[in-house]
Amino acid sequence: MKKKSQFWKTFAAPGWIALLTAIGLFAALLGDGAWDFLSWLGLGIPAVLSVRGLLGRKA
Amino acid sequence: MKSQTIRRWSVVHTWTSLICTLFLLLLAVTGLPLIFHHEIDHLLGNTPELKQMPAGTPHLDLQQLVKAAEAYRPGEVMQYFGWDDDTPDGVTAIMAATAGTEPNSSHTFMLDARTGEAFETPSANGGFMMLMLRLHTDMYAGTPGMLFLGFMGVLFVVAIVSGVVLYAPFMRRLKFASVRQDKSTRVRWLDLHNLIGVVTLTWTLVVGLTGVINACADLVIAAWRNDSLAAMIAPYRDAPPLLQRAAATRLLEIAETATPGMKADFIAFPGTRFSSEHHYAVVMKGATHLTSHLLTPVLIDASNLQVTAIVDRPWYMSALVMSQPLHFGDYGGMPMKVLWAVLDVLTIIVLGSGVYLWWVRRRAARVPRGELAQ
Repeated sequence: MKKKSQFWKTFAAPGWIALLTAIGLFAALLGDGAWDFLSWLGLGIPAVLSVRGLLGRKA
Repeated sequence: MKSQTIRRWSVVHTWTSLICTLFLLLLAVTGLPLIFHHEIDHLLGNTPELKQMPAGTPHLDLQQLVKAAEAYRPGEVMQYFGWDDDTPDGVTAIMAATAGTEPNSSHTFMLDARTGEAFETPSANGGFMMLMLRLHTDMYAGTPGMLFLGFMGVLFVVAIVSGVVLYAPFMRRLKFASVRQDKSTRVRWLDLHNLIGVVTLTWTLVVGLTGVINACADLVIAAWRNDSLAAMIAPYRDAPPLLQRAAATRLLEIAETATPGMKADFIAFPGTRFSSEHHYAVVMKGATHLTSHLLTPVLIDASNLQVTAIVDRPWYMSALVMSQPLHFGDYGGMPMKVLWAVLDVLTIIVLGSGVYLWWVRRRAARVPRGELAQ
């Protein structure tokens, strides 16, 4: 059991982000308006997290 | 994970990445302006400005447009007419020495559908954006060049998957998204490489895989000609060459009647790779958002204008046409394009930091142990 929890501890956050990005990529194929907004959200999450990591400095 | 397993995945990750990195950098850098090709063309004045005319000014019929195109480029023949929702009064025309001429040797321009006046579209035939496009698709090496870049894309996908596997041992003692700023530069970039790599995972996989599919376009289209088109034009195999072609005037109405609810995306004139020697192909697209990417060709006998067939679209043709928006990022407005560009730059950073991390480790491995200890 211990092994499994380690897996989820590592991959829970990246897994959710990957899923949200996938939903975003697919959403904009379906329509405009709210669907586009959903895609900006899905693609925005990885962009924001990455830029935050890059800009982060030693406190 | 056993250390032996980790070492094996590490070798896979290192070498697939190293082999494809240079080409992936080329693709990422040339892809950046291509995301905004519409806007850049506008800025450079490469988009034709059609004359202001009262709304609803009637369009010429197709045969009149064919005549206008032929008058504009005497000695050449029609290959394609295409429509674009952004310029409802314009028709994109593609002509070449022969109908079968390969796409990169064709000439693209625009006709005003109301007057037949021709406008040059320089970026479709040369210049900076065409240079970017050719470097991005085939490096001026035709189908072999496309397939080579496609293979680099496959290596990229393997590098991404092996990178995800290696993410686990590296992050065992770290919280998600932690970047250790107080250790060495190498540790900081290792954490950033892992963080950016894992959060952009879906996007890089989708753009990578759709890029590979697009790179196989020539093969996919050839397979479709073999599987779907060949059977439908078989009765024409021994027919004498077409000498007199029926006028194009009513092609759109004929195709729209054959495929209710769809509208024309482009027309392939007889002799191109989307038609046959004896047929016009009017390539229709669906009316809904999703189906507007899915194309259905209607084959129309060029001697008597009878519909010969509505050509099937096998799964691999659907995969090819759906791979285009998912690779280009042009289906979600300007915010999507900007995010596409940001993710593209982040990919460049992951590639660059990967090379840096490999270089630092390699150098460290050569330093005697005593020096490392301090």
